[in-house]
Amino acid sequence: MSAAAVMAALAAAVPGARYEELQSSDSALTPTLLVPAEHLLATCQALRNAPGLEFHAFSDVTAVDHYPQREPRFDVVYHFVSPHRRARIRLKVRLDSNQSIRSIASVWPGAGWMEREVFDLFGIFFEGHEDLRRLMMPDDWEGHPLRKDYPVQLRKDAGTYMPLQVTEEEFKANLERDRQVRPRPS
Amino acid sequence: MGLETDLPEIPIITTTVESVVQWARRSAIWPVTFGLACCAIEMMSMASSRYDISRFGAEVFRGSPRQSDLMIIAGRLSRKMAPSLRRIYDQMPEPKWVISMGACASCGGVFDNYAIVQGSDQVVPVDVFIPGCPPRPESVIYGIVQLQKKIAASKMDQSPKARIA
Repeated sequence: MSAAAVMAALAAAVPGARYEELQSSDSALTPTLLVPAEHLLATCQALRNAPGLEFHAFSDVTAVDHYPQREPRFDVVYHFVSPHRRARIRLKVRLDSNQSIRSIASVWPGAGWMEREVFDLFGIFFEGHEDLRRLMMPDDWEGHPLRKDYPVQLRKDAGTYMPLQVTEEEFKANLERDRQVRPRPS
Repeated sequence: MGLETDLPEIPIITTTVESVVQWARRSAIWPVTFGLACCAIEMMSMASSRYDISRFGAEVFRGSPRQSDLMIIAGRLSRKMAPSLRRIYDQMPEPKWVISMGACASCGGVFDNYAIVQGSDQVVPVDVFIPGCPPRPESVIYGIVQLQKKIAASKMDQSPKARIA
């Protein structure tokens, strides 16, 4: 499915959005569209549901940091697959570090995990994500390591302490509940 | 044949409790089943029949740190893993020993970055460092033999090693 065909199908479903086709080495296989950030969610809903598109399979969310060559610095990159049309598509959204983007986890639930990873490593904030926590780095980590201005050879003390994941009251309550559930050995 | 032919009339050998206890400790070093990266493949190879660490009494990889004497840190230790590694070490009963296997566990290796602990001795006290990337099974066996020599030379009532906070 060519970029022009996708854009034609999208034009009917998402009025007012202006898409631009980007060239890449695999354009024949995977056409690339530049999507304005404010139309991302509507575009994704149309890609998934509009007849003739049916990109039911979510493939990937990732990001590229072009700092300091380009302003805005980030490309958020989405890949979708349409098993019915045997087509692939790549969306790119340009973002600056002070901007946020809508989460597409409401369209493809699996995207939530990738958005957590992108948030963790690039510091891109996804609005409407239900559980936007760090995925790869420790919970108390500072900074976003895949940003180009991150000090890669950072020296930090290795943490050796892991806080308890239940409070003492919860722990006692768990013990008490177990006592109720399990019969006492006679 | 063996020892019995050299025994005197009365079959008694005098020795110290310490040497017997340390002989027992070093002759059955049970490692905890714990691998972090590609070094763990060499560690498994060491345990299997071709290299066969059971010749040195250390083949019983225990599934629980409560039953283990030795932790082989086999692979790069990430900062996120460090608290878990420390917790496993703390769960092992005394006396316990640690082998840092390979370049990554010993000094960070090629991973000179934010994610990897630059030397696992920042997290647990290490007895033997084994160089290599990854070390061959022979090297790890050599490391275990070195550890046995260290145990043989140490005191029985050695107080718990100085811990790293």
